[in-house]
Amino acid sequence: MSLSPYLNPSRNTIAQPRVALFVTCLADAMRPSIAFATVKLLQSAGCHVEVPSAQTCCGQPAFNSGDRNNTRKIAQQTIAALKGYDYIVGPSGSCIGMLHQYPELFAKGTQDHVGAEQLAQQAYEVTSFLVDVMDYQLPSSDLKAQITYHDSCAGLRELGIHSQPRKLLSQMPKVVLKEMEDSDTCCGFGGTFCIKYPDISNRMVENKAANAKASKAQLLVGGDLGCLMNMAGKLKRQGSDLQTRHIVELLADMLSHPALGEANNTPLKSATIDLAYEA
Amino acid sequence: MHINSPDFIARSKSALADDNLQKALKNLKAGFPGKRRKAMDRMPEFDAMRDQAADIKNKVIENLDFYLETFEAKINDNGGHVHWAQTPDEACQAILGICKSVNAKTVTKGKSMVTEEINLNEFLEQHCITPIETDLGEYILQLRGDHPSHIIAPAIHLNLPQVSDIFEEKHHLPRKEDPAELMQEARDIMRNHFVAADVGITGANFFVAETGSTMIVTNEGNGDLTQTLPKVHIVVTSIEKCVPTLEDLSLYMRLLSRSATGQESAVYNTLSSGPRQEGDQDGPEQFHVVLVDNGRSDMVGDEHQDMLRCIRCSACMNHCPVYSQVGGHAYGWVYPGPMGSVLTPKMVGIDQAGHLPNASTFCGKCEAVCPVRIPLPKLMRTWRERQFDQGQGSTASRYGIQIWSALAKRPKLYHAMTRIVMPLMARWSGSKNRISSLPLGRGWTLWRDLPAPEGKTFMQQWSKKNQEKQP
Repeated sequence: MSLSPYLNPSRNTIAQPRVALFVTCLADAMRPSIAFATVKLLQSAGCHVEVPSAQTCCGQPAFNSGDRNNTRKIAQQTIAALKGYDYIVGPSGSCIGMLHQYPELFAKGTQDHVGAEQLAQQAYEVTSFLVDVMDYQLPSSDLKAQITYHDSCAGLRELGIHSQPRKLLSQMPKVVLKEMEDSDTCCGFGGTFCIKYPDISNRMVENKAANAKASKAQLLVGGDLGCLMNMAGKLKRQGSDLQTRHIVELLADMLSHPALGEANNTPLKSATIDLAYEA
Repeated sequence: MHINSPDFIARSKSALADDNLQKALKNLKAGFPGKRRKAMDRMPEFDAMRDQAADIKNKVIENLDFYLETFEAKINDNGGHVHWAQTPDEACQAILGICKSVNAKTVTKGKSMVTEEINLNEFLEQHCITPIETDLGEYILQLRGDHPSHIIAPAIHLNLPQVSDIFEEKHHLPRKEDPAELMQEARDIMRNHFVAADVGITGANFFVAETGSTMIVTNEGNGDLTQTLPKVHIVVTSIEKCVPTLEDLSLYMRLLSRSATGQESAVYNTLSSGPRQEGDQDGPEQFHVVLVDNGRSDMVGDEHQDMLRCIRCSACMNHCPVYSQVGGHAYGWVYPGPMGSVLTPKMVGIDQAGHLPNASTFCGKCEAVCPVRIPLPKLMRTWRERQFDQGQGSTASRYGIQIWSALAKRPKLYHAMTRIVMPLMARWSGSKNRISSLPLGRGWTLWRDLPAPEGKTFMQQWSKKNQEKQP
């Protein structure tokens, strides 16, 4: 059910809104295809997309390491870089969630705080932007896959993103979502946590991998590259044929790059017939 | 209790390798969160209630002196005594003084984490007074010389055979393996202790300023026998457990059991409002309340003030993906899980408990389930900030963050660097398209591969397309 703009104040009313892509440092460096897929989706939804060049990282590594001074400086730079657009959109609940935390870095009443508040109001994670703001309908899609979806923590609990990716995926008639157990439980990435406490992180990602495999899906999908790299890295180390991709790759039908950590663009493993499901 | 928090990494490793513990933790995870969910689904007003519960606690904390003095005056009116204890030692001395005044030899104890915090059992034993834990879990732990690993299910880390073992060894009775029989055995032994005890010590889940009452919430009824049978009842509690009125108390009662075990109400909810009055059939002759501060009043007005709202329901640890892998003992002191990761550094020092606020992915489940809306990840982050400011933590990670930040603050340099590094990394990964050993990222590649970068960065490819138009 879509609400009218009157009932849903976040619904876009601007013709061809100017959108700044917040690329995120991980997608920029590790998997540019995520950023290209995001651009394609935004353009297809009728947005004019620009990529401000003075952006780097949202500053979350410094923020969560207790380095408030550097976090503030990175935030000031990001606020300046992303100023002047109708919306800011990025392919990560975690990084966009960080932009939403900028206001608490600055004293109320300061110029920085005003800028941070403004940015926080305009910044959206891509699936939430497409559904909540643009009321976007996917063009017809032939992609056939049984997938399972991991709800990354920051997107889910800081931004309330749960139904939006599922709503978009449900518009792909041949994509079957097979929910895994504990899809809302952390995968164990946690930024520097996975390096500082590797054994605990490992057990968490082992559990996640086991749940993903038990779903009998062919493809593990999520909205945050950090988590996806963690899960794909574990699945590949285990020799699993479960593939891992960012949701925008599916939505934008940009699947020419191999899935995360795959040598080639191998076809999905043959669909497992799940009798209970088929029945 | 000895502080083992500096050994968090070693303790968590052994916890991960302990099959018995892992089984017990799976049971915990399968139990409490699901039951809580069901209870919440039947209570659509939960969010409104937690707002109200947070507001009331905030009001109490901001006017703590007023509410505590009101409580004390009311207790005095009721014929009881309040003992103010700034430190654990002052609390122990006050309790010892009361015990000595009645020549107490044995004291029965209801479940109380504050008495763990002040290390009361050890202190009483040193002064030739025998404390007997009457909560079944705590009793098992006492027999084993063990400590709670969870604030409401203290023996959650143990399995049935371990209980059979210790009962057989300590009770000198034929071994039993049926839980009901074990419980009966404990109950039989406990009855004698209840009757023989000179003093009964309980904690308090809440205390009410308006009426001068303390309240315990239990499922076994042991707390009631502990506090009504002996001649002296001592309540040991901490200053932030105050609520203004009985009406307010009813709100917290609705939140506490549902958040903890998913019960709509615990089995026994008992108020104590002073010693036996004329005409009363039973009750203690003396009623004492020891109000423990132990650093809490310092938290009023500082960045951890929100933590004083905690009602010790354990929902945060029941839902914590880290606690549910390593259990409570890994945290190395009295309070485990997310709430412990905020509280422990306050009580034992951040130099001792430095790992605790760092061993979190900030997944936010704890905050999402907290019935009094404590922003636990944010509070853990403030500890990381304090560590960073004080130069604590590993040098490698401090330098790493500063190098990263220095780059992130210089977009041109940053993009020039990534433009060089990413293609090299892509090439280095070879045809597998993943990296299985990273010299500087062993924490990552020890357990998983690193999916290789695609090659050219997005910014490089985008600027080449020359699509960027500056606003």
